[in-house]
Amino acid sequence: MMNSITINNLTKRFGNFTSVDSISFDVKEGEIFGFLGANGAGKTTTIKMLCGILSPTEGDALVAGFSIKKEPNKVKLNIGYMSQRFSLYNDLTVEENINFFGGIYGLNGSRLLERKQWVLKIANLNGKENLLTASLPGGIKQRLALGTAVIHRPKIVFLDEPTSGVDPISRRNFWDLIHNLSSDGITVFVTTHYLEEAEFCNNIILINAGKLIAEGSSKELKTNYLKNDLYEIECSNVVDALEILEVQNFVEETSIFGNNIHISVNRNFSSTQQIESVLLSNKDIKISRVNKIVPTLEDVFIHLLERDKK
Amino acid sequence: MKTILHIIKKEFQQFKRDPKMFGIILLAPVIQLIFLGYAVNMDIEHVTAVVFDQDHSQTSREYINKFSSSNYFEIVDYVDNYDDIQSHLENGSATLGIVIPNEFEKNIGRNRTTPLQIIFDGSDGNKASISAGYVMSITNKFARNILMDYRNKTGQKISPVGSIEAEVRAWYNPELKTRVFMVPAIVGLLLSVITLILTSLAIVKEKEIGTLEQIIVSPIKPLQLILGKLIPFAILGFVVVGIILTAMTFIFGIYTRGSFTFLFFSAFLYTLSTLGFGILVSTLSRTQQQAMMLAIFVVLMPMIFLSGFAFPIENMPQFIQWLTYVVPLRYFMTIIRGVILKGVGFSELWLELLALFSMGMAVLTRDSSYF
Ligand SMILES: Nc1ncnc2c1ncn2[C@@H]1O[C@H](COP(=O)(O)OP(=O)(O)OP(=O)(O)O)[C@@H](O)[C@H]1O
Ligand SMILES: [Mg+2]
Repeated sequence: MMNSITINNLTKRFGNFTSVDSISFDVKEGEIFGFLGANGAGKTTTIKMLCGILSPTEGDALVAGFSIKKEPNKVKLNIGYMSQRFSLYNDLTVEENINFFGGIYGLNGSRLLERKQWVLKIANLNGKENLLTASLPGGIKQRLALGTAVIHRPKIVFLDEPTSGVDPISRRNFWDLIHNLSSDGITVFVTTHYLEEAEFCNNIILINAGKLIAEGSSKELKTNYLKNDLYEIECSNVVDALEILEVQNFVEETSIFGNNIHISVNRNFSSTQQIESVLLSNKDIKISRVNKIVPTLEDVFIHLLERDKK
Repeated sequence: MKTILHIIKKEFQQFKRDPKMFGIILLAPVIQLIFLGYAVNMDIEHVTAVVFDQDHSQTSREYINKFSSSNYFEIVDYVDNYDDIQSHLENGSATLGIVIPNEFEKNIGRNRTTPLQIIFDGSDGNKASISAGYVMSITNKFARNILMDYRNKTGQKISPVGSIEAEVRAWYNPELKTRVFMVPAIVGLLLSVITLILTSLAIVKEKEIGTLEQIIVSPIKPLQLILGKLIPFAILGFVVVGIILTAMTFIFGIYTRGSFTFLFFSAFLYTLSTLGFGILVSTLSRTQQQAMMLAIFVVLMPMIFLSGFAFPIENMPQFIQWLTYVVPLRYFMTIIRGVILKGVGFSELWLELLALFSMGMAVLTRDSSYF
């Protein structure tokens, strides 16, 4: 498969603050590509450079085969962008918004009509063309924003946290839509905070403080980056339990997951009895369950971010 | 070209969605015109005066009468000491004090020169010097009448000394009303406010809600975007100019002597700069408040002060006068006053038009390099 996006040492500095620090990676044609990172990691900055809204301080990228530095106008013809705020004109009707965005992409006549029908369909807004956009619920607005972002059938679409602030069911439906776009051959470059959503991506990049710290499919990330076995402990008095576990020589890393504790263990570990016996030394701790688990992406990322801190 | 139309259409759809705002845009200028038209009346008509008549004679009363019967003065009090004059001037209840000395009538009777004292509140220098002019003219007339009386009484048959009387006619504004001078300028002022502030707000608003980025990632060219944004506001500006010109005629009886076409053409050249500044302001601001502040305090106010709107440019220090050459409103003021009051046109004003055009182009070029 061909590369849809090729990024080379892309860097963005604001003054002497480096927001994106020399990152390089490839995105394949037609894939759903997850771009992950904590708040302020540099996701939006990277997307804005790829879309030609910001110019890179250093490095370059080929988007749909065109350099974002040398041929930004050709890049623009091939991409769609949905910003973090899914921006539509709230004071225009649904149809006026579609007409406007279609218009600035040069659609008219039967082509505009056909694409308008398509947008209305995916946003479930058939027959509601004259509603004011401000009156739409978040989930619908988000689908309308996606529709207008790809109204011109771009080869690549950049979605910056498209599901933030939307209820779980709408999120689920939205991901179905993303899958449809991808199966139509559109490359989807998506950032998200929800790690369970990252599982839907073909490939993932994790960045932290502007630097790339991991890449691969969800499965590769779990096996390549997390060598140690992982155990989940359900018990009372989690804080005390955590304190005890942290200092054990068989424990590599600890973290809290909801009401449970996850620990990764090293060579010194023999069996779950080891965990139970150290915890039961404190009478206040009641253990309900200790078992080995398959790591989630969250485990991998916490591990990677902890490692990055050191 | 099509793309520009899409933006223009969208802009008007947004105007339409907000009829209240639209009403304000169209109605506010008329209200402002009325307020400003009456407020900027700098004519001096009611000069308040106090009289300290030490003479209490027939002649002194006649002299005072000349003041109270003129339209310019209003005698608010008669006092009998200097302290009272001072307190009137201090609390502002009078602008001038007339002091008639003891021997006023006697001195005149003896054919002697008699002094008179006029004390002014000079804090408003303009008002004081104009009132002083009125005082001088009343006093001179009074003195001449005394002279004539004296001649008639003594039966001297010499005809009054041949004197020169200048017959002064003010063209274009025969009554020398400041309103006539100011109201056309207000057209320029309101056009600036609308085109400058509304454009900058409209663009910054798109920045705030994020739609500007959405437009920037589209293949639209910077110039198309700028034109699409500017044309609706230019049209709006013209509508407002039309409304104000009409209101000006009906409310103040000032009509446009020159050509409307020429006036609108110059307004168009002028709005190139104001719209351009509007965009410039919006590129420098993140929020609508910031844009408003920048537009008003950094662009609009200095532009108005340096335009000759209220203070004549000739009276400014040389350095400031040079500065006014880069203020587009300065040229537009000259044009608009010239066209409305004097009926002049292209042959007198082409230099101003050229200045407006070049400045507009300069600002717009700077704008398009931003996007
Ligand atoms: N115009 C700018 N000037 C200065 N600093 C900026 C600018 N834009 C972004 N930054 C900084 O760059 C860093 C990365 O920001 P960015 O918006 O790319 O993060 P993000 O990964 O998208 O975060 P989030 O998940 O909150 O959206 C942040 O620390 C931010 O403060
Ligand atoms: Mg972001």
